[in-house]
Amino acid sequence: MAKYLLIMRGTDASNAAMMANIDEMMATSRQFIEDLFKAGVYVAAEGLDDPAKGVVVDFSGDTPVVTDGPYGETKELFGGFFLIDVASKEEAVEWATRVPAAPGAKVEVRRVPGSDETPN
Amino acid sequence: MGTPDVEAVWRIESARIVAALTRFTGDFGLAEDAAQEAVAEALVSWPRTPPADPAGWLMATARRRAIDTIRRRVALRDKYAELAAGEVVHEEIDPDRIDDDVLALMFVSCHPVLSPEARVALTLRVVAGLSSQEIARAFLVSVPTVQARITRGKKTIAAAGVPFELPPPAERRDRLGGVLSVLYVIFTEGATATSGTQLVRPDVAYEAIRLARTLAALLPDEPEVHGLLALFELTAARFPARTTPDGSPVLLEDQDRRRWDVSAIHRGLAALAKASAGGLGPYGLQAAIAATHAAAPSVEATDWDKIVVLYEALARVAPSPIVELNRAVAIAMSSGPAEALAIVDDLVVSDRLSGSHLVPTVRGELLTRLGRRPEARAELELAARLCANERERSVLLRKVAELD
Repeated sequence: MAKYLLIMRGTDASNAAMMANIDEMMATSRQFIEDLFKAGVYVAAEGLDDPAKGVVVDFSGDTPVVTDGPYGETKELFGGFFLIDVASKEEAVEWATRVPAAPGAKVEVRRVPGSDETPN
Repeated sequence: MGTPDVEAVWRIESARIVAALTRFTGDFGLAEDAAQEAVAEALVSWPRTPPADPAGWLMATARRRAIDTIRRRVALRDKYAELAAGEVVHEEIDPDRIDDDVLALMFVSCHPVLSPEARVALTLRVVAGLSSQEIARAFLVSVPTVQARITRGKKTIAAAGVPFELPPPAERRDRLGGVLSVLYVIFTEGATATSGTQLVRPDVAYEAIRLARTLAALLPDEPEVHGLLALFELTAARFPARTTPDGSPVLLEDQDRRRWDVSAIHRGLAALAKASAGGLGPYGLQAAIAATHAAAPSVEATDWDKIVVLYEALARVAPSPIVELNRAVAIAMSSGPAEALAIVDDLVVSDRLSGSHLVPTVRGELLTRLGRRPEARAELELAARLCANERERSVLLRKVAELD
């Protein structure tokens, strides 16, 4: 058993498709979270605002540089996450296939190491 | 598209499928058999033809197998006619009903007519979706033993005519207590294995936490469910610090508290807040004790007076010799070993924990602190002889050696 972060990655096209059906998307997302909750695997979930409204703090130089707007040239932008506590990686992947997502979007599955391990 | 993992899908769907099928057929044992047949078929069929909807495939296949079985049971012809004609259940699961059905499944799996071992095995198999192999590994028994417990459990439920429904209001409190105590047994086996070479088995404890989360989601207004979940989270938060990398136990006073799982502590405190709604019950009180430890930077800086008060309250609502023993340990920390030894000596006289290594362990500790070394040595040696967990025993023998 371990925690996994399901990271939503959207493109401009998938984000537009999602916004076109936002009410339906919100309803299916609520249902998905409810399913996670009742399965006993829910830890946390949030969706993020428009990346254009974000700020990037860059630590490449001597002092951090703050710029407005989305992160770099990335084509797929982090749009939200589900943190789940499941029995296996296979179960995390199975939940990831059920994430409500618009066509073109991707879900990245990443393991969260326990507090007694170092990430590797 | 890749082949979905049968075991993973089953883990997520088992409770809903068996619950819906039990509702559909009125027969818990038949429902479980049919679901297992569907899983076996999936293992063969999915690698060749991956289903578009794995959960739906399992449900539909299990339903067909249930109907096949009923059809074969000539004696139940009327029942089959009723099922075939009546469209008793739709392919779609009704979300309002399925929650109650999953709850009913938990109540049936933990029914008082079952032996305690059968309750644990059925809950893990049917509600949590574990295989017999996984259950056998969790409880350090053989696979045939687990299978026999499950088979006998299903027969008992059929023979006793246990209905598939939520318990009536008059029985509800007791029956819920029964469910909670099954989860507690599973968690405890993971938190301190009663035998074997590992002290802590987080994967076993995880199953209890997951079941408690499900129960809390389905019964949000039951404070003790949140209390139990809080106790699990706060106890599990300490697992990373409780053993060294080679598996040896680390005592509370020696634990590196920076290794405690802060997120689990926060989840535990949030659950404890929900449990506090109408005054804490036995599990809530134990969670409050765990929370007091979680809030302390060290053993010395722990609010032992508060822990003593909480154990006194626990001794009133759920008296037990284990609670008395823990109260004695807390009193030793807040007021000194002499007063604590008197409580332990009373326990020895009452003979309510004879055969357990816990009483001589604590007595040995207290005698050590009082400088009564020969008596302490005898107690700790007795404790080591009685202790079935190898890791705990080695700690006891180390304490004996330190007395030399």
